Amino acid sequence: MSSILSKVKLPYLLLLPGFLFLFTFFILPIVNLAQTSTQTPIANGDTGQYEQTFRFANYIDAFIENREQFARSFIFAICATLLALAIAYPLAYAIAFKSGRFKNILLVLIIAPFFTSFLLRTVAWKQILGEEGFVVPPLRTLGIISESTTLTSTSFAVVIGMTYNFLPFMTLPLYASLERIDPRTMEASGDLYANGLTTFRRVTLPLSMPGVVAGTLLTFIPAAGDYVNAAILGNPNSKMLGNVIESRYFRIVDYPTAAALSFTLMAAILILVTLYIRKAGTEELV
Amino acid sequence: MVDVSSATRGDLRLTRITKTYGDFTAVDDLSLTIPEGSFFALLGPSGCGKTTTLRMIAGLEEPTVGSIHLGTTDITTKRPYQRPINTVFQNYALFPHLTIFENIAFGLRRRGIKDVDADVNKVLDLVELPHLAQRKPTQLSGGQQQRIALARAIVNRPALLLLDEPLGALDLKLRRQMQIELKWIQREVGLTFVHVTHDQEEAMTMADTIAVMNEGGIEQMGSPADLYDNPKTAFVANFLGQSNLIKGRIEGTDGDNLVVDLFGQKISMPKSRSHAVDSSIYAGIRPEKFRISLVGTPTRGNVLTGGHIEEVSYIGVSTQYQVAMPWGQELMVFEQNDDGVPPFDKGDQVVISWEPNFTFALRGDEDVEAGTEVAPDDLDEDE
Ligand SMILES: Nc1ncnc2c1ncn2[C@@H]1O[C@H](COP(=O)(O)OP(=O)(O)O)[C@@H](O)[C@H]1O
Ligand SMILES: [Mg+2]
Repeated sequence: MSSILSKVKLPYLLLLPGFLFLFTFFILPIVNLAQTSTQTPIANGDTGQYEQTFRFANYIDAFIENREQFARSFIFAICATLLALAIAYPLAYAIAFKSGRFKNILLVLIIAPFFTSFLLRTVAWKQILGEEGFVVPPLRTLGIISESTTLTSTSFAVVIGMTYNFLPFMTLPLYASLERIDPRTMEASGDLYANGLTTFRRVTLPLSMPGVVAGTLLTFIPAAGDYVNAAILGNPNSKMLGNVIESRYFRIVDYPTAAALSFTLMAAILILVTLYIRKAGTEELV
Repeated sequence: MVDVSSATRGDLRLTRITKTYGDFTAVDDLSLTIPEGSFFALLGPSGCGKTTTLRMIAGLEEPTVGSIHLGTTDITTKRPYQRPINTVFQNYALFPHLTIFENIAFGLRRRGIKDVDADVNKVLDLVELPHLAQRKPTQLSGGQQQRIALARAIVNRPALLLLDEPLGALDLKLRRQMQIELKWIQREVGLTFVHVTHDQEEAMTMADTIAVMNEGGIEQMGSPADLYDNPKTAFVANFLGQSNLIKGRIEGTDGDNLVVDLFGQKISMPKSRSHAVDSSIYAGIRPEKFRISLVGTPTRGNVLTGGHIEEVSYIGVSTQYQVAMPWGQELMVFEQNDDGVPPFDKGDQVVISWEPNFTFALRGDEDVEAGTEVAPDDLDEDE
């Protein structure tokens, strides 16, 4: 009897550590954040002193005040995601089908950037795109950009930085799903009168859709909430929502606005992702 | 995109094809003509270059040397999608993301045909699986997938249909059934089938013409009866069924026959069935062509004396004997069990006889063991 009982309970027991961890470090902070988001400053209090007044208008005020950064967050994240997809797809395709015995080395190279810190690599980009770097001078000499144009402290640099930083998250799921495709299905497509492009459109791409969906989500979600790239590679006019939340929280100690913005961002990402998954129709895919 | 209905039809001709991978030669100076409308089998042991040959015909590999013609059109360098040729792949290679219906319609749609329903439903009926149209390939059994792969190819009515060991993954019973169905379908649709197999029985039952391949080249080509009754090489003699090959010497001629000495005993055989180049030969006789009789009973035709029964195996329809001959060779004899219990026992002194017409002669420098070994990876597929 006791052994049957323990059998039933075992799965729950195994779940317990994970649940406790998530409860402490995810649920509690979220609840706390939710409470903070509707607080207002205590009358005559010091900076950073707030009381709960359930002022839901905090959300509307925060949104209206920062709608520009909001829009920028999503536009930058979408640009970075599309750019990463455009770079990662051919890369993953080549590794999966054309790399022969170099496959493992190439895969290690894809994750090699993780061996150094995210922050350091982003700072490195500042140097690469800087006035003294090896990108700007040749472009100036070739007349592709004018003498006065700079690449750092621009929206362009922010998007490039995010593309670079999230590229492995795009490449690896793409590789995983391309690698699973039986190359003989592509041969069969050629055999059945499809040229290279049609084979890609009708066979390879549909079969790699799970990778495309996973890769774009793994890139888009962190990119939309990112603030490091905008902080290091951007300028005051290329701030993203992450930067606003950061400064509200740590500099201005305006906790309610920071919390309200965080929730709004989370909700927006959730809605977009849900719509996207619906459209991509993952349940139709193998 | 490709007009497969006319123009490029006719016999398929491979002319002096060689395919090398690095310094390994997979196909070696192979020439072959496959007549339009025939059921053609490419038969050979694993690794002899069958798949490579088929892939060159399909356009999935390019020959290192040589040319491929379909009718009068040179298709050597044409891309796969430019050839009126379809393949049933060894592992089926169905599209896992498409329904069975869309799998079959794939080739039609690529050729710009809008109304595919009638054609698709017709081939689904032909392979007797119309109820599975809306399923996905993973929801089908191996045998069903195999039929869909066939349907997906023949719906295009290609000038040439290539089948690469399409029955390899099926169990014996289903395989036999599909052999009959494939043959029937080929007659029904009237297309040229090129069927690759390493199973000699499969090739014999299905094909009009068999090309026996060995080490990248064609050993011999002909009708199943031709190859069986009149093999040109020891490899063909052994690979298609079993053969007794007895070392001998041509002593002279007698009309249309040759007089041959086999370890001191004279036999005769038709000149037309000798592939010898000089007087040194191997005389070949199939085990079921031999008759056994006890010493002292009357015999006719060619006779070999001095043997005794070494081994008896009762198979049911027949009994197999190993008969030890005075020169140390054991001959294999199959006797039909159409007259009751096996009449001979181990140790019986016997005489072997057979009709002279059933004798063939190979060159004396042949390797008598060629084609007898079974490759390890074929073992599990054998009966
Ligand atoms: N892409 C390739 N690279 C190197 N060797 C190959 C390649 N394809 C086939 N071979 C070799 O060519 C020989 C013939 O192969 P294959 O045509 O597949 O034989 P079969 O179909 O008769 O079993 C084999 O020894 C095989 O190892
Ligand atoms: Mg093969």
